Amino acid sequence: MTWLWSNLDLVGELILVHLALSVPAIILSFVISVPIGWLAHRYAWSRGVLLSLCALLYAIPSLAMFVALPPITGLGLRSPVNLVIALTLYGIAVIVRTAADAFDSVASDVRQSATALGYSAAGRFWGVELPLAGPVLLSGLRVVVVSTVSLATVGAVIGVQSLGSLFTDGFQRGIEAEIITGIVATILLALLLDWLCVMAGRLLMPWSGPRRSRRPALSDVRSIEADPA
Amino acid sequence: MIEFRGVSKTFPDGTRAVVDVDIVIPPRKTTVFVGSSGSGKTTLLRMINRMVDPTSGQVLIDGTDVATREPVALRRGIGYVMQNSGLLPHRTVIDNVATVPLLRGARKRDAHAHALELLDTVGLDRSLADRYPSQLSGGQQQRVGVARGLAVDPNILLMDEPFGAVDPIVRAELQQELLRLQGELGKTVVFVTHDIDEAFLLGDQVVIMQHGGKISQAASPTEILANPADDFVAEFVGADRGKRALHITEVGGRRIVLDGDGRAAGVLAS
Repeated sequence: MTWLWSNLDLVGELILVHLALSVPAIILSFVISVPIGWLAHRYAWSRGVLLSLCALLYAIPSLAMFVALPPITGLGLRSPVNLVIALTLYGIAVIVRTAADAFDSVASDVRQSATALGYSAAGRFWGVELPLAGPVLLSGLRVVVVSTVSLATVGAVIGVQSLGSLFTDGFQRGIEAEIITGIVATILLALLLDWLCVMAGRLLMPWSGPRRSRRPALSDVRSIEADPA
Repeated sequence: MIEFRGVSKTFPDGTRAVVDVDIVIPPRKTTVFVGSSGSGKTTLLRMINRMVDPTSGQVLIDGTDVATREPVALRRGIGYVMQNSGLLPHRTVIDNVATVPLLRGARKRDAHAHALELLDTVGLDRSLADRYPSQLSGGQQQRVGVARGLAVDPNILLMDEPFGAVDPIVRAELQQELLRLQGELGKTVVFVTHDIDEAFLLGDQVVIMQHGGKISQAASPTEILANPADDFVAEFVGADRGKRALHITEVGGRRIVLDGDGRAAGVLAS
């Protein structure tokens, strides 16, 4: 504990740095995966190719990715941008299949009903399909949040600062408390972001989640009697 | 008035859903397309609002070929009620009812005020306005579906097996509601069902479809019972089995109507 108290500033700074790496990667992988997932859902012939290609990204060893990216992007080996790109690619690999499933999960009669009401194709996407895909998209996003926060620590091995630096530094200098702090802080950060996602989901999708049970109002009694469903 | 002229539909997989249909749907009346599944009745219904385009032939509304109309604008002017209500699960009841007026650019306050009136029209309590569809019973959802179909006060109301998924008691209640509404509003209702009793109850004109998308007979229920066009129609309406051949017996001073199997069908009004 003494190590933690005397290094609070360092831990606080690394938490912010860690957020600066993982949050953009999480947002980017989500924003990129949703249209890919929609394409895979909409055009059956593209599904196998798109989903397999994205899943393959995950097979690239992370160290190899970190080494391979700088020559491609033209940025220095230790540029955090490379790490954000790598994390984004892994994030896409994790979420894109869920994104396709999310659009599949929208009931076809709701889709047809929206068309019959006079939604344009774009209006239907934004007003009906995307919101109704929301609960499944959220479950995919939560996996990406946790995996990205965890994976961002690997950057420390190639010298990009993050909470992972506490592992590498603690390991080299033999400070056990520093390693444990790094692990606990990473886990807590992942849990915090996951909780924020759940809260945002409740706020944005009040219609999903556990069905509210409430006592029927007096005005309902007539129709309830007539309709036991 | 809606008119089908020589309409056929062959789907890309080669299925012939509708073959050379000619039919006139009179205004301010209820026309019911009835037939078993695969008879093309839903396909015909969906040609009216261009959810399906015919392979050949024309569908005209008041003399204008719908093919010349922009589909999205066309649909926003035609009421549509479908099986399982087709409500948007992420919108409250009032937002569901106000959907089309809002799509057409109505102000939210006006659209909501009108939606509340429509809940009255279809016999729903206004306290349900802020619920989500999953919090309603099947019958209530179907009423919301009807209210939504009426929201822009369309001349034409298309109903695709709207009462198919509710239990018989609620279905009977909803059918009576529809008759009451139609008496008040006088829309051109095009209704699809596989239930011949429902067709006879609701239809001013009943169109009997046979498998393969051909019309067997289009006439009033009385005319169909009196003169079934062919054996298929006779069988479909049950005339051949004596289901419709009623006779009267006297029990305790009251005249009871029995069907061909001797089952009680009702009491004869004096």
